[in-house]
Amino acid sequence: MAAQNPSEYISHHLTNLTVKVGEGGFWTLNVDTIVMSWVLGIVGLGLIWLVAKGATAEVPGRLQSFIEMFFEFVDGTVRDVFPGSRAFLGPLALTIFTWVFMMNLMDLIPIDWVATVSHGLGAPAWKAVPSTDLNTTFAMSFSVFFLILFFSFKAKGAGGFMHELFTAPFGSNPLLWIPNLALNIIELLAKPVSLGMRLFGNMYAGELIFMLLGLLGTIASLSFGGLLAGGASGVLTWAWAVFHILIILLQAFIFMVLSVVYIAMAHEHH
Amino acid sequence: MNINATLFVQALSFAFLIWFAVKFIWPPLNRAIDERNKRIADGLAAAEKGKAALVEAERKGDAAVKEARERASGVLGESEKRAAQIVEEAKAAAKVEADRMIAGAREQIAAELAKAKTELREQVAALAVAGAEKILQREVDAKAHGEMLSKLKAQL
Repeated sequence: MAAQNPSEYISHHLTNLTVKVGEGGFWTLNVDTIVMSWVLGIVGLGLIWLVAKGATAEVPGRLQSFIEMFFEFVDGTVRDVFPGSRAFLGPLALTIFTWVFMMNLMDLIPIDWVATVSHGLGAPAWKAVPSTDLNTTFAMSFSVFFLILFFSFKAKGAGGFMHELFTAPFGSNPLLWIPNLALNIIELLAKPVSLGMRLFGNMYAGELIFMLLGLLGTIASLSFGGLLAGGASGVLTWAWAVFHILIILLQAFIFMVLSVVYIAMAHEHH
Repeated sequence: MNINATLFVQALSFAFLIWFAVKFIWPPLNRAIDERNKRIADGLAAAEKGKAALVEAERKGDAAVKEARERASGVLGESEKRAAQIVEEAKAAAKVEADRMIAGAREQIAAELAKAKTELREQVAALAVAGAEKILQREVDAKAHGEMLSKLKAQL
């Protein structure tokens, strides 16, 4: 990649492989995001499914133990937040954690390897990390948003939910209806926006740092400064990757917990 | 990194994955773990019960051994006593029999002695008569001297 200038290098790695499906910029599909997220979702949940399908109460094998440990971890996390039935929230949390973690995990594959493979296959661009695409994170966070609305209606009824929108948090005085509603709308919308932006921002920034460190590597040469740059690039990339293991797990966990907390809050009456 | 139609595709993908997890992943895992938890709880309860039963059985066993020992020592004492009694009885019976035999023997001896004395007396009397006949050179009339002969027999 030494032939490119730095801004080309970075913008190239931030470009999606797109297909136009209609008029206007909106009707475009990010093929790489969709394919990668499907593959990762199928691999992640598929592995769990294979184990779940054959799971028995007999002495579990190592893989089943691991999957059950993960299951208990998710189940326990949801139980701590939500006292009701976990027949839906449990698998929702499991899906979120598994999918987000698998997508984030792609961040640890060196971007230049991805570029080499995709160029070799003739693709002009390929972003391997679906969670650095705002479409993915917002798709998930707004799905959670609609679940919040759905469970609010379900738990409180349409009337109860409307009543809450207009009377909480300040009080039921008609003069306060408008401020209440405005605040509630902001509060409701802040949840999916922050949820989606947090994951996107963390992964995008993480990838950007990998790129900058990779860029440092491109100026490596057999001079003193060049060796220093190459060494620093290698060491810092390694260090950032190790730190990133924590981030990808943490972001998956945060997305899961916040989704469950938001939906649990929708069940509460003010 | 613009928002575009990918958003809808990803939302549908997410919905599909959630549906899949709700339908095919969560229930079997949940069932397997719940069932194992129940089995472990049952096993622990059974172990606890088994332990209690063992303690009870040990207690019962100890009591049985103790009772058997007591009974055995009772039987032993009884039989010793009985044996001593049998020996005593046998001794007494033997003594009675011996006394009886001794008495019989004495009687027999006395009877034989008396018989021998009588015979001897007869013979001595006969001898005396014979001697006297020789001395007198004549026959002694047993009738005439019968009284004297009887006195003589009685003196012997």
